[in-house]
Amino acid sequence: MIYDRVTIKLLEGLCHKPPKFQNGVKIVLLLLLYQMKLAVNFLTIGLVILSLPCGSYTEIPPKPPGSVTVLPPVKPAGGPQAFPDAENSNLPVFTMDYARIQVPFEVTLWVLLASFAKIGFHVYHKITFWVPESCLLISIGLIVGAIMHSVHEEPPAVLSYNVFFLFMLPPIVLESGYFMPTRPFFENVGTVLWFAVVGTLWNSIGIGMSLYAVCQIEAFEVQDINLQENMLFAAIISAVDPVAVLSVFEDVSVNEQLYIVVFGECLFNDAVTVVLYNMFIFVADMPVVEPVDVFLGVARFFVVGLGGMGFGVIFGFVASFTTRFTSNVREIEPLFIFMYSYLAYLVAELFSISSIMAIVTCALTMKYYVEENVSQRSCTTIRHVVKMLGTISETLIFFFLGVVTITTEHEWNWGYIMFTLLLALVWRGLGVLVLTQIINPFRTIPFNFKDQFILGYGGLRGAISFALVFTLPDSIGRKKLFVTTTICMIMFTVFIQGISIRPLIEFINVRRTNRNLETINVEIHSRLIEHTIAGVEDLCGQWSHYYWKDKFLKFNNRILRKILIRDNRAESSIVALYKKLELQNAMEILDTVSGDINAGSSIVSLQYVYPLCPSSSCSFSLSLSLSLSLSLSLSLSLSFAFSLACSPSLSFSLSVSHSLAPSLACSLSLSLSLSLSLALSCSLSLILLLSLSLALPLLLALSLSHSLALSFALSLSLSLPLSLSLSLSLSLSLSLSLCTNDTHTLWPCPSLCVSLCPPCCLSYTSLHLIHPSSLTHYPFNLNRSDGYLSNTSRRVGIWSIYQG
Amino acid sequence: MGALQSLPDEPEYRDLSEKTGFSFEQIGILHKRFKQLSHNEDTLRRDDLNTIPDLSCNPIRTQIIEAFFDKRNFHQNGEGTVQEISFEEFLVVMSHFRPPALDMTEEQREIIRREKLRFLFNMHDTDNDGTITLEEYRHVVEELLSRSGALGKETAKGIADAAMLEVASISMGHMEPDEFYEGITFEHFLKILKDIEIETRMNIRFLNMDTTNLCKKINSQQDHYLQVNGEQKIA
Repeated sequence: MIYDRVTIKLLEGLCHKPPKFQNGVKIVLLLLLYQMKLAVNFLTIGLVILSLPCGSYTEIPPKPPGSVTVLPPVKPAGGPQAFPDAENSNLPVFTMDYARIQVPFEVTLWVLLASFAKIGFHVYHKITFWVPESCLLISIGLIVGAIMHSVHEEPPAVLSYNVFFLFMLPPIVLESGYFMPTRPFFENVGTVLWFAVVGTLWNSIGIGMSLYAVCQIEAFEVQDINLQENMLFAAIISAVDPVAVLSVFEDVSVNEQLYIVVFGECLFNDAVTVVLYNMFIFVADMPVVEPVDVFLGVARFFVVGLGGMGFGVIFGFVASFTTRFTSNVREIEPLFIFMYSYLAYLVAELFSISSIMAIVTCALTMKYYVEENVSQRSCTTIRHVVKMLGTISETLIFFFLGVVTITTEHEWNWGYIMFTLLLALVWRGLGVLVLTQIINPFRTIPFNFKDQFILGYGGLRGAISFALVFTLPDSIGRKKLFVTTTICMIMFTVFIQGISIRPLIEFINVRRTNRNLETINVEIHSRLIEHTIAGVEDLCGQWSHYYWKDKFLKFNNRILRKILIRDNRAESSIVALYKKLELQNAMEILDTVSGDINAGSSIVSLQYVYPLCPSSSCSFSLSLSLSLSLSLSLSLSLSFAFSLACSPSLSFSLSVSHSLAPSLACSLSLSLSLSLSLALSCSLSLILLLSLSLALPLLLALSLSHSLALSFALSLSLSLPLSLSLSLSLSLSLSLSLCTNDTHTLWPCPSLCVSLCPPCCLSYTSLHLIHPSSLTHYPFNLNRSDGYLSNTSRRVGIWSIYQG
Repeated sequence: MGALQSLPDEPEYRDLSEKTGFSFEQIGILHKRFKQLSHNEDTLRRDDLNTIPDLSCNPIRTQIIEAFFDKRNFHQNGEGTVQEISFEEFLVVMSHFRPPALDMTEEQREIIRREKLRFLFNMHDTDNDGTITLEEYRHVVEELLSRSGALGKETAKGIADAAMLEVASISMGHMEPDEFYEGITFEHFLKILKDIEIETRMNIRFLNMDTTNLCKKINSQQDHYLQVNGEQKIA
């Protein structure tokens, strides 16, 4: 009853607003009625549910680094009903204020979509085994970009210079700084810095100079790019980002020295690149560059780098010192880590010194003291959140890269692009060869040729390069060409080198190290070896990093630990390992006794939670609620989109719904594909799906066969080897976005879609009812179980009412 | 400097170089150090080593010094200990710590590996019966942990026992309750440490430069090994 009243009200409201499309609107509105019913019915719950991802999201990043959300102060929850329309004389029963929540809402959806994509990749483990995740993310981004392009949609203008440098970059570098393996790093610190600093300088100067030479060739028509701009561009594309390579390295456990050099290089080379980038941006504006400026530039380079380190160390110590006193406020312990590292970043940014250096050194400095001070749980939280924020940020950038590739205008210049690719490869290869020749005599274990080859070949370009080039100021004349070239470079390296590096490593048989040894004998003998070496070094009067290590340890134990650590009890690593093994042992015994107690998972959750094993123990209520939340949020947002599209005179413009629709559609498609691949294990849902996937595209194709865009989408989706489900959902989502956009030309489609939507939602729901266990782990880790269950039961209650 | 001084002795050095794989410069520097330690005598005694200030803080000082006087480490199939060693023997013991060459075949690598592990094994096996008994193992672990302050001998004992048990379970598989694990033989020792990349870890980068002068300054600083603990922080 109330729904009817509401919808009528709504119809009235809508009907006198759009004077232009009366005819079409009326037809659609009738059909919308269903949709609205659904929407209004679930508006309240829907909000709760919508805020579930958002809520948990804002809950996780306790801090500014978490501000992947573009406007952190605007809370997504809160809701449309807050402000009644002033024009209405009556009390409005249903109002919407999309503009208010737009930015966080869209960002949340993007993040959610990217995360779904990630879950989706891991459903079938072999995909991520052979193809790096970044490739998959870019591919999904390309698909989304294609959809957006086909509806003439601009990508959201989220990635600006400030957003990138203030919100996206810090989590990425914090993650790598925090998870830097310290012992190998300090053992190889010279080599790491040598490759990162000198290597990057070598690359950017070499590529820049030779590109400038290439620009002089008249045939390429790029003479207007001057030396400064070339240098700027070269600096951008010499930022290597071998996340994909590192994960391969970890899988095949390549030798430690190679691993740490690649890891450290990617970390510090970001710092160098950003310094160069800022410097060259400044220089690119200068009409004439005097020799003095070159010297000033070199001086600035050192000031910036060392200054960043200084700030990092200071903030690291302050953070450690603070955690000394947090024993009574365990809840906010992790906060300090993020606060201080972000503060270090911001302060460094304030003085325009290297903020990456600051945050990395801050993380390195505080890590050990902090982890000793905080409780085990806080430690876990810190690690998870650091990892999560970094991953989200990077995922978004890769994803965005895919979208931008399709949606922006490109300036294609064969000569420039090909030469860039070639020069980047050549200079990288040369650089590695030359630099290893210089550094090898100083190393205990020199790099052999295989190592050098992998080192050179692993120079993938990635997120940082893209973000840097995308946020170039518009004053750079050939920005479009630079963007295009960088995208080509990234695509080339990520796809070709990224995919081929695993077979290559296996083929040329690079030296490997077994990195996960956890036996007490090994630990004892590692210490024994270390002490023996130190002793023999003393004996023969030589000293190496073991000497400095001893020296630092002495200082550390005498002064630093006393100041920074609350409970200063020295404990040998052998004892620590012993305790850990004992604990593991005890846990195993506990596990075998009590079966799969859920409590165990919360303690052992330090490891990655591997997505989804559709275990029988997955409680039905959880899955029910999740499926509900998904389908409800979908239906709600669909109804949003429709109402927005159909009423152009509402306060927000059409473009709002446009930018909304593709992301919605994609999240829908992804969730669907996810559920589909899961459903393979269940015959019931398989039948259901088959019928769905057969029937829906047929219907859609019939109704939309005249639309070019659809055939494009269909061919696209068919050519994709992802799965049948993706094709279904793609075509569905495409048609949906088509509907929301071309309201004038394609009137039958919305009607069809709208009429299809409620049954679709229902069928999704039923799908999710069966197999949503995959999705459970994210939000649920964050909610306390009791609160969560009560929530669930409430939702279930409402659901049953609706069905009844 | 060191290289220049070593020139007169060259034929002698050539022998040593062939035997141990050190370069002439390295031998020259080590020889200088040897003279410094032995107070210009031709042989080196235990007392000379015991007085090295840096070493005095090393928790396993005695084991390291003993290793230099252990005939098993001289590549001569001898057994037992000696009272004083010549420069040649000093070099031979040192050569256990030479970093591996860049291009090694798997066989060479395996040989080097065995040699280095044998050195470690000999440090454990004080009574030279071919097995590391529980007592011997406990002793080493106690020494290792002796710098961690508050830790009692009981902890060390517990850890050594656990480690021994681990070796037993790895090398013997399932054991009957009344079975007794005698001790770690060298084969078992190889087995439990097969994951540790000893050929890349147990190395010293013998310099080609003379750093004795620098070392003198540094040697004056006592109390090197304060606590083993901090290593965990670094490691």
